[in-house]
Amino acid sequence: MSETIKITYREALKAGIREALFNDERVFLMGEDVGRYGGAFAVSKGLLEEFGEDRIMDVPLSEAGFVGAGIGASLAGLKPIVEVMTVNFAMLPMDQIANNAATLLHMSGGQLNVPVVIRMSAGIGKQLAAQHSHSWEPLFAHIPGLIVVSVGTHEDARGMLSTALNSPDPVIIFEYTSMLNMEAEIPADSGPTDISRAKIRREGKDISIITYGIGVYKALEAAKRLSEQGIDAEVIDLRVLRPLDEDCFIKSVSKTHRALLVEEAWSTINVSSEVSARIMEKAFYELDAPVKRLGGIEVPIPYPLHLENASVPQVEDIENAVIKILRP
Amino acid sequence: METKDKLSAEKAEKLLYQLLLMRKFEEKSAELYTKEKIRGFLHLYIGEEAVATGVIQALKPEDNVLGTYREHAHALARDVDAGAIMAEMYGKQEGCSRGRGGSMHIFDKEKNFFGGSAIVGGHLPLATGMALASKKLKKDNITVCFFGEGAAAEGIFHEALNLASLWKVPVLFVCENNLYAMGTALRFSHAVQEIEKKGQAYGIESKAVDGMDLLKVMAAANKAVEQVRNSGEPYLLVCNTYRFRAHSMFDAELYRKKSEVEKWKKRDPIPKFRKYLLKENLISETQLQEMEERLETEIQKAVDFAEAGTWEAKEELTRFVYSENPES
Ligand SMILES: Cc1ncc(C[n+]2csc(CCOP(=O)(O)OP(=O)(O)O)c2C)c(N)n1
Repeated sequence: MSETIKITYREALKAGIREALFNDERVFLMGEDVGRYGGAFAVSKGLLEEFGEDRIMDVPLSEAGFVGAGIGASLAGLKPIVEVMTVNFAMLPMDQIANNAATLLHMSGGQLNVPVVIRMSAGIGKQLAAQHSHSWEPLFAHIPGLIVVSVGTHEDARGMLSTALNSPDPVIIFEYTSMLNMEAEIPADSGPTDISRAKIRREGKDISIITYGIGVYKALEAAKRLSEQGIDAEVIDLRVLRPLDEDCFIKSVSKTHRALLVEEAWSTINVSSEVSARIMEKAFYELDAPVKRLGGIEVPIPYPLHLENASVPQVEDIENAVIKILRP
Repeated sequence: METKDKLSAEKAEKLLYQLLLMRKFEEKSAELYTKEKIRGFLHLYIGEEAVATGVIQALKPEDNVLGTYREHAHALARDVDAGAIMAEMYGKQEGCSRGRGGSMHIFDKEKNFFGGSAIVGGHLPLATGMALASKKLKKDNITVCFFGEGAAAEGIFHEALNLASLWKVPVLFVCENNLYAMGTALRFSHAVQEIEKKGQAYGIESKAVDGMDLLKVMAAANKAVEQVRNSGEPYLLVCNTYRFRAHSMFDAELYRKKSEVEKWKKRDPIPKFRKYLLKENLISETQLQEMEERLETEIQKAVDFAEAGTWEAKEELTRFVYSENPES
């Protein structure tokens, strides 16, 4: 194996942004507090000093306005990286995303491309209560015309942005606040990662754990613990929530014959609902057990730690769910 | 000035007590945050106390108050119990929002205190709507809505003001212009920096006042409240102020100079008011001494109450998603 480096998720994201700014003059970063404040979560710290105000644009609290402007700038030849500080504020520009970014190519009969990249941090885990703890990936994944990706590993934190910027179509990137300080090893020459395929993060033969985002490392940890109990779980990181890489998980389920679908978003009408439906449609006769969904409890996320933790699947919950499927 | 003339010794004492309670309560909160008793986001109001105090003293108990995530002081001014606020920040079920909300979501319906809102600008149309209800129900209470100058860049600010003016409803919008929205200075947020002009553009009577001087805020607020009550129409009061502390506990304050903060601290509204009271013989040194003791007792009582509080059982997690007594 090639040389590896130890890097935090935050550093990996920043390296991706820096590289994009270096490689293409048309790329610029725009968002609330990305410059002078250093980024709400210090992801873009230092970039203003390095690239100047033209490339690192602080914007007012006007999410509908500046996301819409990013879409406009992409129509007119630029490659904006628009940062919505967190997904919790993304309902304000949702109209711009759903009604402009996602439709212009189609409505114009293929004339207009919208090569905008919209990044937002997401997820729960910081005791920020109901209005600041949303897992709204499924809302975006519902919309045709968008490419929706979820950064579940350090490798993708480093590599997804540059690929997204090459897309002729709008890409929504979900990053996870609670992972920012997490360290991991990635290849020293780690570069662009694709934004069209799911990835098997751990091979196994007994069950497919299909997940994304914060679920990836949790599922890997659960798989490790399960292996000590003689259960060999495969872990699939969906990575792309729209359009779904169906081949990957259908193949996996056809091999393991069991599936546990894990995500933090509310349990019904979420990404797992769609994955489950596809498994029914494409691999029903391969199944040895009913598909099981393990999602977020359907409640606005409460502030106290014990209730917050109880609101989303934890490693033990994944472990227990797998055992229940395999050893009923 | 009307207020100055009328200020009784009794009221003067009450106001000073309130200012000091806000200050000390929040200093204690900061300390408890570093001890990890309080988690999540904590936004301190230190430096801005004259605004909430000056405006809320002009209200009647039946008036509605809405605030932001920086709302501890407003809740205290509204006589929400300090212990219930502290317990809320601990996440204990004895808190005013049962611990579900934390620091950013203080609610007390009995006191007509309606939060505690953490999506910037999100509560402005609620205020317009509450005032609309007062008008339709022919009640003579008014609604007061506090928000920052950063929020005035959001589209929703403009919609809420226009609707309030169009419908002629009794709402007082109070802009707490502390010059920064997180790290974004006023001049980077607004092309026109006199926020009062934005109210005028919608046909709303709008005034700016020195928010570092309690007497001036009181005079302006008394007039504004009276006018809203008598006319049944909206009013915008811009209080120019400054936050002495970081935006939240996660802020390295890269965007402003220490010397600027020090300069503003010289205008601290609390010593100024205290000096005035001594000069005018509205308070004595002995009273001040006695006040210190009372403050210490009240804060200790609040902390003890929070410490003694209990955690809500996990089994109750999914309560309050829907009403428990739908017929009521
Ligand atoms: C819609 C929305 N966008 C962004 C944020 C993140 N955020 C929280 S407070 C804040 C600054 C708000 O500034 P201002 O309105 O002036 O109020 P202040 O905090 O100064 O009291 C920002 C950007 C948010 N909570 N909601």
